[in-house]
Amino acid sequence: MKIAVTSAGTQLESEVDPRFGRARYILIVDPETLAFEALDNSANVSAFQGSGISAATMVSDKGAEVLLTGYCGPKAYLTLDAAGIKVVSDISGTVMDAVNAFKNGKVTYATEANKDSHW
Amino acid sequence: MIISVASGKGGTGKTTVATNMALALGEKVELLDCDVEEPNAHLFLKPQITRTEKVETPIPLIDLEKCTACRKCSDICRFNAIAVVGKKVLVFPELCHSCGGCMVVCPEKAIVETGRELGTISYGHRNGIRFINGRLRVGEAMSPPLIRKVRAAADPERVTIIDAPPGTSCPVIAAMNGADFILMVTEPTPFGLHDLRLAVGAVRVLGIPCGLVVNRSDIGDQKVFAYAESEGLPILMTIPFDRRIAEIYSRGKAIVEEMPEWKERFVDLYRKIEALATSRSGASQCVK
Ligand code: SF4
Ligand code: SF4
Repeated sequence: MKIAVTSAGTQLESEVDPRFGRARYILIVDPETLAFEALDNSANVSAFQGSGISAATMVSDKGAEVLLTGYCGPKAYLTLDAAGIKVVSDISGTVMDAVNAFKNGKVTYATEANKDSHW
Repeated sequence: MIISVASGKGGTGKTTVATNMALALGEKVELLDCDVEEPNAHLFLKPQITRTEKVETPIPLIDLEKCTACRKCSDICRFNAIAVVGKKVLVFPELCHSCGGCMVVCPEKAIVETGRELGTISYGHRNGIRFINGRLRVGEAMSPPLIRKVRAAADPERVTIIDAPPGTSCPVIAAMNGADFILMVTEPTPFGLHDLRLAVGAVRVLGIPCGLVVNRSDIGDQKVFAYAESEGLPILMTIPFDRRIAEIYSRGKAIVEEMPEWKERFVDLYRKIEALATSRSGASQCVK
């Protein structure tokens, strides 16, 4: 399986970017092999509205089943939910920390968005 | 003649000026309350409302039976109002700007038009003065389309007085664009001056002649007068701080009706506006 983690950089050692729609990068990681791909999210960072919606579409296209991030707004959440992607918010530390927490089952899936939309 | 009454911030007396000018001029005018997030001109004009109608903006509705999830619609929407994930198509009505692009590009004709309510428009009158206001639906974020609808209802045979929303953003521009004159209402306080500067900046972009009304003109630090002088902004009226005026306002009454001597002053204000709006020297006042 694959999981998506919002990241400030392109490496597993990078810090988690707390934002989803406007995250600098989104890393698509295989938690077993730790193989990963860094998606440049800069096009969405500069979108004036709906950045979370297009970031969610991108994550879905990459086949991720879970998203680990800091905050996820309501429209992004709806889009992820429609794509069948589970969301874990309030994640911090490095991407590797987040992947480990996920592997150890130390994460709680969100049942709703946790940040008011801003546009 | 279209006069837009604006102010950099709320609470400067913009609505007082707009309603009193309308009442002073009487039959030949109409008052358009374009402060659609908080319309309050009706509280002072007290018009009889004869008709209220809903205003909608078209948004897409997807027929999932016909949709092939080709993504042409989400690709063309620059507002991210449509998302295609897997086989599902999501529409975010509040992000849609009603451009119609998605409906045009859908190869399956799977998109039909439905509506999102923007708000309501009410029509009424008082002593021959025509009155129209717009009221944005609670939760609706886009006011410019509603403001444009209110303005589209204007009668070109009348003098149109627009009560514009406060501030300097898109809704204000929608209420000032195409006006013949912009009347800015301000107070001689540091806050008032700060917001006035921003508002004057916005008016200059539009290149419309403008002038000032200074309300509660004898309070504050008076710097607004020096500013107006340096910017070549004509001061067309000053309204002193007067306990009687404050009382009239708090009772929701019109100054021109309670203090008849003010009627002539508001008629005079209109005459000055008319002169400035029609002369070229007036046109240069706000276009540097
Ligand atoms: S009408 Fe325009 S803004 Fe609205 S969803 Fe379609 S393409 Fe996007
Ligand atoms: S363009 Fe039409 S067919 Fe293609 S995804 Fe959109 S609604 Fe479906």
